[in-house]
Amino acid sequence: MSTVANQTGAEAPVKKEKLLEMYRRMQMIRQFEEQVNELYTRALMPGLAHLYIGEEAVAVGICEALNVDDYITSTHRGHGHCVAKGASPDRMFAELLGKEAGYCKGKGGSMHIADPATGNLGANAIVAGSAGIATGAAFSAKHAGKGQVAVCFFGEGALGQGVVYEVMNLAALWKLPVIYVCENNLYTEYTHFSETLAGDLLQRGTAFGVPSEAVDGQDVMAVNNVAKRMIARARAGEGPSFLVCNTYRYTGHHVGDINREYYRSKQEEQEWKTSRDPIKLLTKWLTEQGHASTEELSGIAQEVAAEMKAAVEFAIASPYPAIDKVAQDVYA
Amino acid sequence: MPESTTKTASATRELTFAQAVNEALAEEMRRDKRVCILGEDVAEAGTPFKVLSGLVQEFGVERVIDTPISEAGFTGVGVGAAMTGMRPVVDIMFGDFLTLTMDQMVNQAAKVHYMSGGKWKVPMVLRTTLGASRRSAAQHSQSLHAWFSHVPGLKVVMPSTPWDAKGLLKSAIRDENPVVFFEDKMMYKLKGPVPAEEYTIPFGVADVKREGEDITLVATSSMVQVALEAAELLEAVGISAEVIDPRTMWPLDEKALIESAKKTSRVMVIDEGYERYGVTAEIASVIAEGAFFDLEAPVKRLGAMHVPIPFSPPLEDVTVPTGPGVFAAAKKLCGKS
Repeated sequence: MSTVANQTGAEAPVKKEKLLEMYRRMQMIRQFEEQVNELYTRALMPGLAHLYIGEEAVAVGICEALNVDDYITSTHRGHGHCVAKGASPDRMFAELLGKEAGYCKGKGGSMHIADPATGNLGANAIVAGSAGIATGAAFSAKHAGKGQVAVCFFGEGALGQGVVYEVMNLAALWKLPVIYVCENNLYTEYTHFSETLAGDLLQRGTAFGVPSEAVDGQDVMAVNNVAKRMIARARAGEGPSFLVCNTYRYTGHHVGDINREYYRSKQEEQEWKTSRDPIKLLTKWLTEQGHASTEELSGIAQEVAAEMKAAVEFAIASPYPAIDKVAQDVYA
Repeated sequence: MPESTTKTASATRELTFAQAVNEALAEEMRRDKRVCILGEDVAEAGTPFKVLSGLVQEFGVERVIDTPISEAGFTGVGVGAAMTGMRPVVDIMFGDFLTLTMDQMVNQAAKVHYMSGGKWKVPMVLRTTLGASRRSAAQHSQSLHAWFSHVPGLKVVMPSTPWDAKGLLKSAIRDENPVVFFEDKMMYKLKGPVPAEEYTIPFGVADVKREGEDITLVATSSMVQVALEAAELLEAVGISAEVIDPRTMWPLDEKALIESAKKTSRVMVIDEGYERYGVTAEIASVIAEGAFFDLEAPVKRLGAMHVPIPFSPPLEDVTVPTGPGVFAAAKKLCGKS
């Protein structure tokens, strides 16, 4: 049951259009997060944010395999999931700045972006806080019988929370169409996961009879392949899956976590950025396989840069919500 | 369908509190296919209190769903299911187990609507129990409704009669928000009239259970029955007590409570939750702020003692308000010793 799927592009071929869309979405996430860091550094963003840089292949590889009406739940490190599921950067930036034009009218902020139009049930600032919600969405999906699935994204830190195992047990018993995606970026805030998690990660799924796999989370094609299989299984009514994506968080736990040498070395960070970067790996594969030229890809990157610049300007220029909105939306 | 806020109806039947709850669920499940029940031993067992007996036979195991003993897990499933089109009624067998659901209710259910800028909503009901005096000791006897009343985004309902239980539960299931519905275990066998025709009771509307002139007894859930018993005792000594039941802790019918306080000029608040930092404190404060210049005496509170509920019967019996206890305190408040 536990197999390792990391053979790049080993399964059904993906059309060029889709490949370039995945590249674009990964660029969007990378550049979105760079802009977030810039907004923080320039003191234009209230509060903090948790950047997804380095993990782009996970969100994009999985969300590319989903339909718009499939559900996702996200985490405090959630900007990548939102972008990958189809959210617009301008309204995301507006939310991060607490503006009325934001996805949640400025009431949610970085850690709570939600968007029914793209099936995004919301990012969650409680570690493992959305495990129940994602499983509940899968419960509804099964009841509705339209073949929708739910993807529950969480970090390896969430494997310390009991509710994850409660809902995995339920999902397995009831054959719910949910995929539990654990992004193992190696660090639970400021602590290496080997100090917080005992035993084998995959066995946490297999214990419930849930098919469980690990995948190279830097390889978007590998992630996409295994995601497609797990999603097809869920849609067919065969129940949940558990996927561990091995990845790396390039930056700190949040934008203010600058000095990190007490928990990991600069050399380690550099090694991932140099040889395990998901965008570099995809660029190399796309060009080597003849799917795209370097010029084509850098053209996409430039388009994304222009889009991000405009999106940031939109957010900065947007008004804050009126004060009298403070008590609105407490009750439906 | 009539919204009933009074005790008038063309025809009524005698039902137990448990039967009234059961009937509300059955009617709503017949009306709306999205309504389902999730909880421990809710199907064939019909819960240890047998409140749900017969529902699985009518609606099947697809809608009356036995869960593992995973309160956080299945409450979370309820939240997600509610967000995506279902109308789940989550059953938490003992109110003491609410501690296990707190993140799902307080950080998730209560906040989803606000955090999403009004885009997602959580139309779910969490039914649970409260109340001591069953000789069940400290982890099966608490009344923890104050915790949920404290949290914006939740509504909290505490019926005191079969009539109210049915009408309020139907409203709870139709509400677009997460509603926590507390049933006192000791009242399940309490009988009372319930309209034969269909009805609902709106939230935020207090009900005067007994009219009086000299003192207002504000009481919640089974403490309404305790207050009514005390009112009988008070009448025998010439004190006319009004008993008013807010029925929902939130929304709270502040106007009706203040009006009754102004009318009688003396108020006691009786609730089975812990007195300290509890529902009685909030209601006493609402009345003090709204009726201060009409009061003859400070508002008196009676709640559970600040101790874990003990097992030993003589000890347990002194921890929560009783009819004679309310009678004695009310008499004193009226200047009669």
